[in-house]
Amino acid sequence: MPAVLIFGAGVLFAVGLALGGMTQPQKIIAFLDITGDWDPSLAWVMVGAMLTYGPLFRLVTRRKGPVFASLFQIPTRRDITPSLVAGAALFGIGWGLSGLCPGPALASAPTAAPFILVFVVTMFAGMGAHRLYTNLRSDS
Amino acid sequence: MLENALLPLVGGVLIGLSAVAVMALLGRIAGISGIVSGLLAPRRNDISWRALFVGGLVAGGLVMSLLQPESFVVNVDRSLPAVAIAGLLVGFGTRLGSGCTSGHGVCGVSRLSPRSMVATGTFMATGILTVLAIRHLFGGAI
Repeated sequence: MPAVLIFGAGVLFAVGLALGGMTQPQKIIAFLDITGDWDPSLAWVMVGAMLTYGPLFRLVTRRKGPVFASLFQIPTRRDITPSLVAGAALFGIGWGLSGLCPGPALASAPTAAPFILVFVVTMFAGMGAHRLYTNLRSDS
Repeated sequence: MLENALLPLVGGVLIGLSAVAVMALLGRIAGISGIVSGLLAPRRNDISWRALFVGGLVAGGLVMSLLQPESFVVNVDRSLPAVAIAGLLVGFGTRLGSGCTSGHGVCGVSRLSPRSMVATGTFMATGILTVLAIRHLFGGAI
């Protein structure tokens, strides 16, 4: 039963992305292109997601714990670090360069379009490179 | 205006509900980059939920791409080498910055997390600047 529900949550996420137009990189680029023919779709998706997640998160986390795990793992850090800002900055450059971020890229993978597949493979490579980078730093 | 807003709003609500489900069921933040990267270096008892969620994400994408192929049309002036660089930046950047559009943008900003608000403001800003630079320095194609 837990497996079906978790899988279902992933399906729901993909349906939301597709309905919201987020699996069309041209719409993301048009959202970021504030001096061009601006497409507000992403803003509406964010509004819908936040108006849902914001209140329901508070409601859900008032319970003792999650249904299939022992505790809520909610990030508590508040420090603004150079890594946070530099990482977000690099991500934004890649996002504007391709019109893709991780969720829509994975949801689009079944189309097997070269554009998507190249992105997914290099995204994994980038994540691997980060792991290598942190390992090297912790060794030195 | 409202017609164009309705589907994106509904899509956003579904994404929000999915993220709520991940918190209610597993007590986890539904950040795609974090969930996926945990599959690259799996730790014991921490694999199956990630694989199930990502499996659902891909399966949902498959079903939607069959039902609604027009939602998966890619029509951008970006070359494959540019996309390869973008993928590397997104993979590395989301790990260094501990999140992407879902974890920081949706979950974090909804929780009013200061880190997520700074991250979201930052990736929005560099995304806008990148598109601006491509439009004005490269004529809109790269």
